[in-house]
Amino acid sequence: MNHKTELGLLAAAAVIAAGGWLGPAWLTFLLTVAFAKALVVLGVVLQMRAGLVSFGQALYYCIGGYAAGLAFQHLGVHDVFAMLALGVVAALVVAGVCGLLLTRYRDIFYAMLTMALSMVLYGVLVKSSALGSTDGFNVAAPRYLGFQPQGEDAARAAFALTMAICAVAALVLHRVLNSSFGRISEAIRENEIRVDYLGLSPRGLLYMNYAAAAVLSSLGGGLIAIATGHVDPDMAFWTTSGEFVFIALLGGASHVAAPFIAAIVFSAVRTFAIQEMPHLWQMTLGAVLLVLMAFLPKGLWSLVARKRPAPAAATEANTERAAA
Amino acid sequence: MTTFFAILIDASIYASWLFLVAAGLTVIYGVMRILNMAHGSFYAIGAYSAASLVGWFFSGEHGSPYWAYALLLVCAVVAGGITGLLLDQGLLRFLRGRDEILMVIVTYALLLILEDVVKLVWGVNPYLAYQPYRLLGQTSVAGALRFANYDLALVFVSLAVGAFAWWALNRTERGRLLRAVIHDREVATAMGMNVNAMFAATFVIGSVLGALAGALTAPAISVTPGIGIEIIVMAFAVVVVGGLGSIGGAAVGAVMVGLARSFAVHVAPQIELFVIYGVMFLVLALRPQGLFGQIQPRKI
Repeated sequence: MNHKTELGLLAAAAVIAAGGWLGPAWLTFLLTVAFAKALVVLGVVLQMRAGLVSFGQALYYCIGGYAAGLAFQHLGVHDVFAMLALGVVAALVVAGVCGLLLTRYRDIFYAMLTMALSMVLYGVLVKSSALGSTDGFNVAAPRYLGFQPQGEDAARAAFALTMAICAVAALVLHRVLNSSFGRISEAIRENEIRVDYLGLSPRGLLYMNYAAAAVLSSLGGGLIAIATGHVDPDMAFWTTSGEFVFIALLGGASHVAAPFIAAIVFSAVRTFAIQEMPHLWQMTLGAVLLVLMAFLPKGLWSLVARKRPAPAAATEANTERAAA
Repeated sequence: MTTFFAILIDASIYASWLFLVAAGLTVIYGVMRILNMAHGSFYAIGAYSAASLVGWFFSGEHGSPYWAYALLLVCAVVAGGITGLLLDQGLLRFLRGRDEILMVIVTYALLLILEDVVKLVWGVNPYLAYQPYRLLGQTSVAGALRFANYDLALVFVSLAVGAFAWWALNRTERGRLLRAVIHDREVATAMGMNVNAMFAATFVIGSVLGALAGALTAPAISVTPGIGIEIIVMAFAVVVVGGLGSIGGAAVGAVMVGLARSFAVHVAPQIELFVIYGVMFLVLALRPQGLFGQIQPRKI
């Protein structure tokens, strides 16, 4: 096990956390949003490693956000950790049921069914006037284990929490992805039936992947709800999921740090592009996606990885084909 | 009893609309194995070009107002045909036979690009082209119910499109060749068929169908940005219920989803959107390949 990478991850997290904490308010906010989204993207990447593209990860993103908001408004839960935990529980329950159905499907069916599931939630939220219908509702500033930060401090606290959760998630996932358990995902992508022959259960593993992705995404959604102070049904709309898929492809699925880098790049470019040319933003996304598919099928991370002598070069050549 | 009739007629109107929207999608998938996300854009492009041309037509004296219907068809063929041809020859031609999931992502990129192209060309203000809709008047059914004749005419248009597709596939030589390609692409190529040309033709036909759906819907709605993105998931649901790639399946899927939705609208309006996907999940849970889909053998 390579401890250098883990130390590197921690160091990077510390540097970014310090930068965001000391930097201007807009930077803190941008980084909070980017890292919260990166958690969702990690979920997408988990599934992508097994060859499955989820066009519906926004389902759990939205569940996390709404669970946090509803816990605050209706259950009187004002502590940020309890709010996030409720989101995780809700996501696990939904994923536990949906996973049973979804793990039977592959390829485009998986993509479409996940998309349809998130659209079901969107449809329900749009129609429920008690939850603010298409407007959603506001989420007030929560408490942190008894502290109640106000104004700029609240934004900083949300940022610190996001960074902490991301750091833990990155460390845990780095270990999981490099364990034999994590590597089976890639084996499933390459040849599911052989994995079956080896006496392992692809469906069981995909089910675990799906549940883990749901947990990560609900955390991301909850953090976004706390950071922006607002939730609305668009969180579950399928274009939101498309955005996550985009960030996942931008970063690549080969390293746990890739989604975070991609999310920062994405959020920074988006902030700039929406100001300068609001009508060309989607076109830029589409064009970048096509360029990525053509020239960087393994994402931005391959730019970093290419410079090192990779011990896994042989396996990389094999997986290149299915990287998309 | 009135409600029953209302449900039935609403269902047939909605189902015929769904079939028009989904037909192009299923044709392209059936032949090319591309689940075309950009189908929503064809729909939007058809709707926008129809709305702007119909608006121009009624703004001056251009003869009998009934020419507007011909205009709708011409719009669909021209707008859909040009867009389809450009996309296929400009990009998809180079990606023949790639992974299905990769093609989903590529067409998703195309959808994003075309969304902004539509905004650049037509702006963000809504377009209204209600004249062809009003022109046909209304019909009273069973006393209390009133339906726009335009909507009822849509049922016949949809039936005609379906019948024509069936005839073209089953009773013409080109159609038979196309079915051979659907059945086995490699053998068809080995037999000397120009599969590449057939793919191009299929993509253009599919995009014309998508644009036609948009053009025919334009008079009934206000054409705004984002309409393409809204319908694409619904079209997926219909196509998946029937079995990807089967035109008959798309028709059955449209009828089932149409019935379920109009039932929901009249009886329990809160679950309207939910019920569409409910039908989809129910069918897929029982028959994963859809009602008329073929089971793909697992390859080792």
